[in-house]
Amino acid sequence: MSPPANPKSSWDEFVKGLWRENPVFIAVLGLCPAMAVTNSLKNGLVMGAATMFVLVGSSLLVSLLRKVIPRAVRVPCYIIIIATFVTTVDFVLAALMPVAHKQLGAFISLIVVNCLILGRQEAFASKNTTPMALVDALGMSAGFTLALAMIGGVREILGSGSLLGLRLFGESFEPWAIMILPPGGFLSLGALLTLFAWFKERSEKRREREAV
Amino acid sequence: MGDLIFIFASACVINNFTLAYFLGLCPFFGVTGRLDTAFRLGLANIFVMTITSIAAWFLNTFVLPHAPYLRLITFIVVIASTVQFVEMVIKKLSPALFKALGIFLPLITTNCAILGLALFSTNRGYGFVQGMVYALGAGIGLTLALVIIAGLREENDLGSVPKLVRGVAMSFFIAGILSMAFMGFAGLFHGS
Repeated sequence: MSPPANPKSSWDEFVKGLWRENPVFIAVLGLCPAMAVTNSLKNGLVMGAATMFVLVGSSLLVSLLRKVIPRAVRVPCYIIIIATFVTTVDFVLAALMPVAHKQLGAFISLIVVNCLILGRQEAFASKNTTPMALVDALGMSAGFTLALAMIGGVREILGSGSLLGLRLFGESFEPWAIMILPPGGFLSLGALLTLFAWFKERSEKRREREAV
Repeated sequence: MGDLIFIFASACVINNFTLAYFLGLCPFFGVTGRLDTAFRLGLANIFVMTITSIAAWFLNTFVLPHAPYLRLITFIVVIASTVQFVEMVIKKLSPALFKALGIFLPLITTNCAILGLALFSTNRGYGFVQGMVYALGAGIGLTLALVIIAGLREENDLGSVPKLVRGVAMSFFIAGILSMAFMGFAGLFHGS
């Protein structure tokens, strides 16, 4: 792989996925895994890593094949490519981390229908050179992992009173059981979205003040 | 029979696909929050889920024992093409039904709820009838959840919601509270 021609713009492509176009907090994509498996930080990180492997792999393949795949059947082609990588990651996780694989269950297979991945193939990898597609995939999946880790962290701290299995509070802390149950997923993602909206509003206000 | 009723109730309310498994949310939060759209989206979901359960049972019984590693790929491809085919048939036979389902039919083929249904019912080892009942229950439960959330969102648009949480964030809070309410169904069957 040759280094990207313009280092600054490829850095921009990477950073946009982390913050400005974060797939979960800004584009609100890939919600199902973002809430279903994030009842602990570890599960969120495993899911993020699995998604990263699938997204980077399929972006690489799609951008290499972008001149070969006919336009009319491109979506089925993308789906088959994605499904191949997901099957790989499913078997690899089952062999290496059987406990985490069991906890995530069918949600690993459901990475196939994560709209984030198909969306990146359609919107970016099929139209750009391989190095750029790789950078974009890495940035987007890093942003996705970051979001999953944030949701998982919040839910684990509040719901179990621990982080990565380490107890954070004394005996007197009563865990909010609701946070590791399904409603906690909705509530913590809603709270994080509100937080992001607040950040956005504040930075817009500051820019206005500077402009005046 | 009691077994089937349990499968139905479990898929419909206790382990509601939207509120407990977070499946089928993307088109809903992404596209629209209107009541009639939610209802039609739900109808299309029930329809596609039932077809999916038949296709999944067929694949599990006849094809996949020979090549288990192809499960995901065959599920996706077969489900998508079956739905396309059925869509053409309906268009020919019943234009009214086709119109009611509308654009949602092709859209939800790649929806996570559909593949989720196929995978869950495979993991639980459901047979043909059990799979159908499971699909019906899941579809009806999904419709129920989508319609309730859409109704609440419509009301919510008229109320005075703080600017910061207006839109998607508020929908998540609504869904969270609804999810809590649905957790109450967990005690519906004793000893289950």
